[in-house]
Amino acid sequence: MSDPMNGPMSGPMSDPATERARRGLRPSSTFDAATIHDIQRAAQTGLYDIRGFGAKRALPHFDDLLFLGASMSRYPLEGYREACGTDVVLGARHGAYPLRLDTPVTIAGMSFGALSGRAKEAIGRAASEVGTSTTTGDGGMTPEERGQSKQLVYQYLPSRYGMNPDHLRQADAIEIVLGQGAKPGGGGMLLGQKISERVASMRTLPQGIDQRSACRHPDWTGPDDLTIKITELREITDGEKPIYVKVGASRTYYDVKLAVHAGADVVVVDGMQGGTAATQDVFIENVGIPTLAAIPQAVRALRELGVHRQPDGVQLIVSGGVRTGADVAKALALGADAVSIGTAALIALGDNDPRWESDYEAIGSAAGCYDDYQDGRDPAGICTQDDALAARLDPVEGGRRLANYLRVLTMEAQTIARACGKAHVTHLEPEDLVALTVESAAMAGVPLAGTSWIPGVGAVEGW
Amino acid sequence: MDPVTIGLRTFDLAAVPLRSVNALLHGRPVDGHAPLAIDEAVELVNPRGAHAVAVGLDAPRSVRVAGHVGYYAAGMNQRADVVIEGNAGVGVAENMMSGSVTVRGNASQSAGATAHGGLLVVEGDAAARCGISMKGVDIVVGGSIGHMSAFMAQAGRLVVRGDAGEALGDSLYEARLYVRGSVASLGADCVAKPMRDEHLEELAGLLKAAGYEDDDPAEYTRYGSARTLYHFHADNTY
Repeated sequence: MSDPMNGPMSGPMSDPATERARRGLRPSSTFDAATIHDIQRAAQTGLYDIRGFGAKRALPHFDDLLFLGASMSRYPLEGYREACGTDVVLGARHGAYPLRLDTPVTIAGMSFGALSGRAKEAIGRAASEVGTSTTTGDGGMTPEERGQSKQLVYQYLPSRYGMNPDHLRQADAIEIVLGQGAKPGGGGMLLGQKISERVASMRTLPQGIDQRSACRHPDWTGPDDLTIKITELREITDGEKPIYVKVGASRTYYDVKLAVHAGADVVVVDGMQGGTAATQDVFIENVGIPTLAAIPQAVRALRELGVHRQPDGVQLIVSGGVRTGADVAKALALGADAVSIGTAALIALGDNDPRWESDYEAIGSAAGCYDDYQDGRDPAGICTQDDALAARLDPVEGGRRLANYLRVLTMEAQTIARACGKAHVTHLEPEDLVALTVESAAMAGVPLAGTSWIPGVGAVEGW
Repeated sequence: MDPVTIGLRTFDLAAVPLRSVNALLHGRPVDGHAPLAIDEAVELVNPRGAHAVAVGLDAPRSVRVAGHVGYYAAGMNQRADVVIEGNAGVGVAENMMSGSVTVRGNASQSAGATAHGGLLVVEGDAAARCGISMKGVDIVVGGSIGHMSAFMAQAGRLVVRGDAGEALGDSLYEARLYVRGSVASLGADCVAKPMRDEHLEELAGLLKAAGYEDDDPAEYTRYGSARTLYHFHADNTY
């Protein structure tokens, strides 16, 4: 091996960036290659970039937290012998029939339109197999998902595309969507390539147009009005359906308080890593706050109102960047009652699978980077309305993969909970966590590892 | 028996909880009340501005509300015919699917919002956002309508016998708007269009259905989408 300070490097030890650095060539951190490409693209097309997926920038996240396993001062549970519960009950506060889930991992709202009918069916199959809920999206309820989903949450969105009181009554819960983490304050869009005859008919739109959806609800304008809207939805469904309120993470503390005051049974908080089917890149990357920063704010709001983790309380569902059982456990430890997955569920179905590498390359993308869910040419056949592409996803096989993944998430969360001595995954608490960075410690409100310091809170005396 | 009251059940909302009345209207059993017969008409007295009166009805039935109502009266109506003998608050007949809703007085904002079908008649004026995101409903307003009406209206017909406020039909899709009086301003992508024979015929039918058959359809102007927002391009900088 040559001297790294003097001799030329070659072979696997020398990557192009290192070679350029050796020649004294230094790319800008501010104007990096991706930024230069974005400027060139904007200059060439005059259009902003619309894409799917969530925020791709590096953000303080669950990775920045670690669990303090039991040792002398805590008593762990045996992994394969001692019970560690995973069941959760959502939405009982106002006397509705609550959702009783076997796992705290639910499936986030994703529309038929954004997703193919077969993908929605696969998701329904998986959720029903593992005992969790799925969620509709903009554009209404399809027979595929109602038929396959034992517990289906019906989203009530600003556009009200496909909004039908019969579906409201067929749902197991109603989720009033104020926003999503990828675009708090933004409306929806579904580009013409995906407005097939069936999608157009469900949404009462001309086929093939670029669909815009409103960013505000058409018949209420603030939290006082939302209270009345929730009353109406309860009256229409005779009080049987739990009412969720979903917000994109931004002013989370206030939004959650207002949602509870308005009468929500469940509050869903979606961080900026949460995915979308089509939004401006500038919106995805620059509006909203990370999931990690949002959870403690939501929990504080619920706690101050006396409804956090109470028998007649309001449950908190957190989404945005949940990938592993560790993420699930960390969200629960910070105070969530359940999590939702969207992007991760699509990946489990086959999204960004390297087996379609040549197809991704053919449309100018690459497996692992594909995010053009809006253009309807998804090689994995998930985010498309093209019958030939959609046929690539076998709903039974896709459902099996997603069910497997959901089981792994649940088992991983149990593994961590047991290590922390908890007989139920929701018994995890902030005290079980430490942070690796000052930023994540401040956001999560847990101490920097190896210290008692929670930035913004001050050191605990006498530990 | 008085022939007028045959098959008519009256509920006093000052005495009977709204929850019980809506449950009975949904065909649900309610303690202390006999279920409504299939063809039994209902009269609700003393609504006193209550919200969510007669919402979620899903059977053919005549319902008369004697007084003013709050938000979302007759919301999501299916097949029932609801008459409000007073003013209506925000979102009357929102997301109606079928049947009819008549407001004898004025309606607040977002009347008929997102409604997919049926007929909404407001005999007085309707405030802002009348017919916002309408998806197939027919709305006839005896008086004038406020600003941002028919915003993102997708389908259906909106008839206004008086004037329209600012930004009529902003971001309109395929709904057709007929206004007899003045329009303060048109919203993005909304334009006046010629009244062809089929439009005169369509409008005459709507006016007749709402009880205004003496109006001359030729006095109305049709507005619709210029369809320039149907595909994103760089100049959509509204």
